[in-house]
Amino acid sequence: MSATTQTPTTPASSTASKAARLLGDRRLPVLATAALFLAMYIGGLSRYQNYGFAEPQVFLNLFIDNGYLLVAAVGATFVILSGGIDLSVGSVIGFTTMFTAWLVERQGVPLVIAVVLALGVGSFGGFLMGYVIHNFEIQPFIVTLAGLFLFRGLCLVISKESISIGDASVSSLAQTRVSLGLGELSIGALLALVVLGIAFYVLHYTRFGRRVYAIGGNEQSAMLMGLPQGGTKIAVYTVSGFCSALAGLLFTLYIQSGDPLHATGMELDAIAAVVIGGTLLTGGSGYVIGTLFGVLVLGLIKSLIQFEGTLSSWWTKIATGVLLCAFILIQRAMTARKKT
Amino acid sequence: MAEPQPVLQMTGIVKEFPGVRALSGVDFRLFPGEIHALLGENGAGKSTLIKVLTGVHSLDGGTITLDGESVRFASPLQAQQAGISTVYQEVNLCPNLSVAENIFIGREPTRAGRIQWKRMRREAAELVDRLGLDIDVTAPLSSYPLAVQQLVAIVRSVGTGDSVSGGSGTKVLILDEPTSSLDRGEVLELFSLMRRLKEQGVAILFVSHFLDQIYEVCDRMTVLRNGTLVGEHMVRDLDQVGLVQLMIGKALDQLEELHDHQLHSDVGETLLKAEALGRAGGIAPFDLEVKKGEVIGLAGLLGSGRTELARLLFGADQPDSGTVSIGGKQVSMNAPNDAIGAGVAFCSENRKTEGLVPDLTVRENIILALQAARGWTRPIPASQRDELVAKYIKALDIRPANPEARVGQLSGGNQQKVLLARWLITQPKLLILDEPTRGIDIGAKAEIQKLVVSLSEDGMSVLYIAAELEEVLRLSHTIGVLRDRRLVAQLTNGPEITTSRILETIASGEHQ
Ligand SMILES: Nc1ncnc2c1ncn2[C@@H]1O[C@H](COP(=O)(O)OP(=O)(O)OP(=O)(O)O)[C@@H](O)[C@H]1O
Ligand SMILES: [Mg+2]
Repeated sequence: MSATTQTPTTPASSTASKAARLLGDRRLPVLATAALFLAMYIGGLSRYQNYGFAEPQVFLNLFIDNGYLLVAAVGATFVILSGGIDLSVGSVIGFTTMFTAWLVERQGVPLVIAVVLALGVGSFGGFLMGYVIHNFEIQPFIVTLAGLFLFRGLCLVISKESISIGDASVSSLAQTRVSLGLGELSIGALLALVVLGIAFYVLHYTRFGRRVYAIGGNEQSAMLMGLPQGGTKIAVYTVSGFCSALAGLLFTLYIQSGDPLHATGMELDAIAAVVIGGTLLTGGSGYVIGTLFGVLVLGLIKSLIQFEGTLSSWWTKIATGVLLCAFILIQRAMTARKKT
Repeated sequence: MAEPQPVLQMTGIVKEFPGVRALSGVDFRLFPGEIHALLGENGAGKSTLIKVLTGVHSLDGGTITLDGESVRFASPLQAQQAGISTVYQEVNLCPNLSVAENIFIGREPTRAGRIQWKRMRREAAELVDRLGLDIDVTAPLSSYPLAVQQLVAIVRSVGTGDSVSGGSGTKVLILDEPTSSLDRGEVLELFSLMRRLKEQGVAILFVSHFLDQIYEVCDRMTVLRNGTLVGEHMVRDLDQVGLVQLMIGKALDQLEELHDHQLHSDVGETLLKAEALGRAGGIAPFDLEVKKGEVIGLAGLLGSGRTELARLLFGADQPDSGTVSIGGKQVSMNAPNDAIGAGVAFCSENRKTEGLVPDLTVRENIILALQAARGWTRPIPASQRDELVAKYIKALDIRPANPEARVGQLSGGNQQKVLLARWLITQPKLLILDEPTRGIDIGAKAEIQKLVVSLSEDGMSVLYIAAELEEVLRLSHTIGVLRDRRLVAQLTNGPEITTSRILETIASGEHQ
């Protein structure tokens, strides 16, 4: 009964016009953020030229002052790419500062061991959250919200007061600067860049990384394609927990104290950096390099406002909010375009 | 002749979903080197049997042996590792990844843990090429139409056994309705691929509602009805009439009825007129006139621009050029809302991504478009709503006939019917149906075609897109022929128009 069309297959595709493809290109948001950063930087140059903005060190300070945020945002990128969210980032950072300060100052634990312990606790926390999310099929939002309260609570269990770190090795580590010719970077900043590089490699050149994209694209399909989606999910939250703990260590180094209220709300900065960097909140699309630019843009806003001098620091939040809205609208427009 | 040992044997398979017994005691066996058809009406349990086998659903009873060993898979991954590759009914790939990745993900070529992108792309291009597909494997999957995605899914599943990729190699290949969105050329490519694999000793399980295809390529068939086994036969021992009887449990005369039905001649004044309407990269500017009560069929190969034409008329894509007027008044078709307001309804071919909300009930899904057309501030009275829903569930024979069932749990064919009901209920002036009978069983297909006839008799205009030319020919007053994204001819249906005449027009691309 079926006499269907009989001619050999035509090239069924390769139709999308060039312009449309360019607009649909997933790299576009990253380029947009990079361009925004460049424009802001040039704007800063022309406005504060006489106040030393042109110094290369001003640029490098962006890395020094935001290294911990970059590490946290890299972890958040994994989670968001997989279609999830991690709200516990700030609390884990805060907890890590307290935990290390307490170990080193109050318990006299050698720094190296304290670092290993802190990283272990952060990773394990992430692992647990991932395990609950996967095995009990609970919204990541809820589970990591519980994580947020839990870790913040643990901070207060350790101590209600802040603990400042007087340990000589910590302060010498914090003072260490590596010269790059034009300027210098701190250990924390370098470490953050290394983390970024590893994350890029993992996301693009390992099977695990591609699975993160796959489950962010369509979790059900990923399962039917025979990908171990549960293990991937758990791993993603473990990575985020590890990155948060590492960010906490960098923050401790930067601030040289532990405080139960450190890094409150920093998860939101991390998520903002990821989104401004062009990663889709729905998962499956984005680049960790975009996250770098997201962090740099946020950092640059802060330093521009410092250079301006007369503006209150609240303007940072306002500018971040405006940018976030703008970028989410761009994403919205892009996904709408893709559907047609 | 002693029969060889089956590679796969399923005995007494039972699967229950809350409130439905999808499979009750089904036996099934599959021999190496055969193509085995699994047949049955929509909702008979074909896909469920496949999902139970491959570990998507857990098993409630029965045993499965693979190569003589008892197995029970906890996930599709395990089934894959044991040598069972599956293409599930709906395309299940990741739209955000490139074609090459979709083919290889989970078994990408690596060296020291590092993915070899170049090699992966090259191998993907070769695999795709072998199926006669000419596409850019680095582009994201979502940039290709459904049919291409379907082919990519097939390439992925056979790629496992065919190429170097290690593992035990494919012993069993399962294809759940792989041909529903393919055109003839691609179906032939697929069949020759299936025959090649068969010669290599792979056992293939094939599901399709196209009976001709079953007779063309299959050796043996198993028929299910309402979750029970009706019989297993060699294809050569059972003719189509007998098969249809087995499938639906009674002889089918409604199909005959349709065969000699007369097109009604009651075509009224012009309803919709498109002039020089076009979109770069979609379809070249065309003129089209749709009269009241007229059925216009669109014929053409995959990718010839059928869907693109329809989308322009619905405002789903924005035209670069031309005008549309409805009832003599020019309207701007910039968004589907404009079209819906003007009385145009569009039943998309892509039910999974563009149509249904799987977590809502059948009733809610059916009501959705009607409610949108009325505006959200004017709810439809409950009694009227339930009556309407019941009417269409009955008219289209949606099973289970339960308006409160969640759409995601319906069988593929029944989901398609729900989508159709949604648009029918709005009583549009022009109804655009893009492949409305895809994945629908033979009985329901006849029902839908009868419905189109009766709607047009009542004065509704219909734009009907179907891959099967006979379907188009049977229903349409006018047949628009598309080729290479251009409307090349509009033929008035009559005794001299035959499927071969349409094929000629498609092949020559000439206006006659
Ligand atoms: N996840 C689920 N939850 C509840 N019921 C389900 C689920 N999946 C399938 N069913 C029911 O099981 C029965 C068999 O469905 P199945 O999808 O196997 O049919 P099918 O033979 O593949 O039909 P089609 O030809 O339409 O694809 C149907 O009644 C369906 O509603
Ligand atoms: Mg099915």
